[in-house]
Amino acid sequence: MKRILISGGRVIDPETGIDGVASIVIEDGKIASIDDPEAQRPDREAEIIDASGKIVTPGLIDMHVHLREPGHEYKETIETGCRAAAHGGFTAICCMPNTEPVNDNQSVTDYILRKAMKNATVRVYPIGAISRGLRGKGLADFGELKAAGAVAVSDDGNPVMNAELMRRALEYAKGFGLLVVAHCEDRNLAAIGVMNEGLTATRLGLRGMPSAEEFVMVGRDIALCELTGARLHIAHVSTEGSVHLIQDAKARGLPVTAETAPHYFSLTEEAVLGYNTHAKVHPPLRGDRDRNAIRQGLSDGTIDVIASDHAPHSAIEKDVEFDRAANGMIGLETALPLSLQLLELGLMDLKDLIAKMSTRVARILNLPHIGLKVGNPADLTIIDLDREFTVDAETFQSKSRNTPFNGWRLKGKAVLTMVGGKIAFSDAPQP
Amino acid sequence: MQFVKKDILDMESLSSEEISVILDTAETLKEISTRPIKKVPTLRGKTVIHFFYEPSTRTKTSFDIAAKRLSADTVSLSGTASSLLKGETLVDTAKNLQAMNPDAIVIRHPAAGAPHMLARLVKASIINAGDGMHAHPTQALLDMMTVRERKGRLDGLKIAIIGDIAHSRVARSNLIGFTKMGAKVTLAGPPTMIPMGIEALGADVRYDISSAIGDADVVMVLRIQKERIQGFAFPSEREYAQYYGLTREKLAGAKKDILIMHPGPINRGVEIAPEVAEGPYSVILEQVANGVAVRMALLYLLLGGPR
Repeated sequence: MKRILISGGRVIDPETGIDGVASIVIEDGKIASIDDPEAQRPDREAEIIDASGKIVTPGLIDMHVHLREPGHEYKETIETGCRAAAHGGFTAICCMPNTEPVNDNQSVTDYILRKAMKNATVRVYPIGAISRGLRGKGLADFGELKAAGAVAVSDDGNPVMNAELMRRALEYAKGFGLLVVAHCEDRNLAAIGVMNEGLTATRLGLRGMPSAEEFVMVGRDIALCELTGARLHIAHVSTEGSVHLIQDAKARGLPVTAETAPHYFSLTEEAVLGYNTHAKVHPPLRGDRDRNAIRQGLSDGTIDVIASDHAPHSAIEKDVEFDRAANGMIGLETALPLSLQLLELGLMDLKDLIAKMSTRVARILNLPHIGLKVGNPADLTIIDLDREFTVDAETFQSKSRNTPFNGWRLKGKAVLTMVGGKIAFSDAPQP
Repeated sequence: MQFVKKDILDMESLSSEEISVILDTAETLKEISTRPIKKVPTLRGKTVIHFFYEPSTRTKTSFDIAAKRLSADTVSLSGTASSLLKGETLVDTAKNLQAMNPDAIVIRHPAAGAPHMLARLVKASIINAGDGMHAHPTQALLDMMTVRERKGRLDGLKIAIIGDIAHSRVARSNLIGFTKMGAKVTLAGPPTMIPMGIEALGADVRYDISSAIGDADVVMVLRIQKERIQGFAFPSEREYAQYYGLTREKLAGAKKDILIMHPGPINRGVEIAPEVAEGPYSVILEQVANGVAVRMALLYLLLGGPR
């Protein structure tokens, strides 16, 4: 029976409310005890992980990741994406269905889970498609997807433009207890825009899309949530208008949750200056006012979750004219350090941040075993808040390098990621 | 002052001093085009590639004549004839062009920022001959040259730019260039053709063109960029001509020494009435003539000096 003792760290778990220096004993991959003085007796057999001066949290969960496998393995595979997740402190990720073939059926979900079982170092929870082939014409088989292991449905990458289809998706998903994750974009209004509409787009001569392309759809989906009573999760919120609509929906008691990504609270549209294709993403980086609203929404709880929207692309898609470049940036390996900056800005405390990156995410997804409780699998992340480092994409575990944060000086990062008692990543030299 | 730029990419990256040097040089070189033998040996042995990935008649011919009058060797590539059609990326094309060691590449491209990308990749000087809706610096420079010749100055003048501002690289470059030289630019057109945030670049925006023409020293009329408009920018050419087309009637209250300009090509009867385009205030053909002089000046300044 293998025992691991994590000692000396400050354990923070929003689920159980614990916040203090405590030891965690792990046996057979499960948490055997927390802060039990008896369990800390000298033990020759136990492997000891010294976490003093560091933070021990429930494993971080990223509910919005593009793993690219099957179909675009040159950008990312399940294996490399999971290594990137572990490197960034995540013990579990949800993968979006816009692969090739699309994950709109049991066999693709099965494939992903089998691959993950074989090669992945972190847990993988597939998200199935809302519409068959992501074509927005008819519903995918939600029951079959759920039975195969999908935890939610989404047409992420595409909006469900047909309001009736979205209505039926919400209703039908309710019958299976599946969460619907909405990619909110009015394609007609976004038209052929390649960045946010405004001064920067005007200066660069690039076609803009107005911020309303997002919140027009957020408004529609909230109305459909009200109509159906089904749970709705709004992905990658990027605008002030969306924040206000979500705030209002929550005040009215609707079952709406929302996420944003680190780039929406870290960057503005000015990151595009110089035609930087690494800053091309959808929804696009917005203006300063939107960024402030996102930060405020995170601070006051309007936005529940921080998810990376990790979207790997190779030089083939990014080393081209801005108009032709693909949307998306990788984020698994920068999400935590960028999010920790919210603490520096005084927008939230550490417990709140961990909730948004772990326990709250698990609740929204209805995952089993939430938080650091005795008997739960030992999924945990050790964070060094004081570690300063320079982002170097060459050291990333992801197959892709498309990040606008390369060269940024950041403070705080995951130093150990443990999944089911196994170390998935550690930056300490291995014995 | 010494002119030490590698590339001419847009008007934002040129200082007012640099603009003055370019215009002064162009005025000096203009005389060459009036000689019986219209050629000087200044750029003998230099190679200029004209890389036009978008159709062009005026600009391409103008650049070609400018280079030849300075004795540079010129090569023309078009989008349809080049490897782009075979799927080669701009990055690979750039590397291949660089391997042939040209001294300058003049590029026109439908994607904003393409010349900037090329400039990062090659040692040759890049001259932007129009990139998407972004910039057309040589057009702005020849417009400024034309106005300066006629008015004797740029500082303090009122310039009205009328029409499809949103899709126009000429409008952007002229707004930035004229504003830098102390002129005051008014933009006028239907609200659907005014890009968001342009006031922050120093423009005064109006929706009624008569009020823009009223106190203008120069009126610049823009073509509707049909090839770039997607969607619903205006109802019909008929209505556009009625409200936003420059006609003799709309010029009734204008200054007596107003200049009428147009970057071409003209859609007669749409944005400008034929009698205005050919009328007494029009300097449209002077613009074309000055285009050669400005492009000679740029090639001379970029390639002519000791490098």
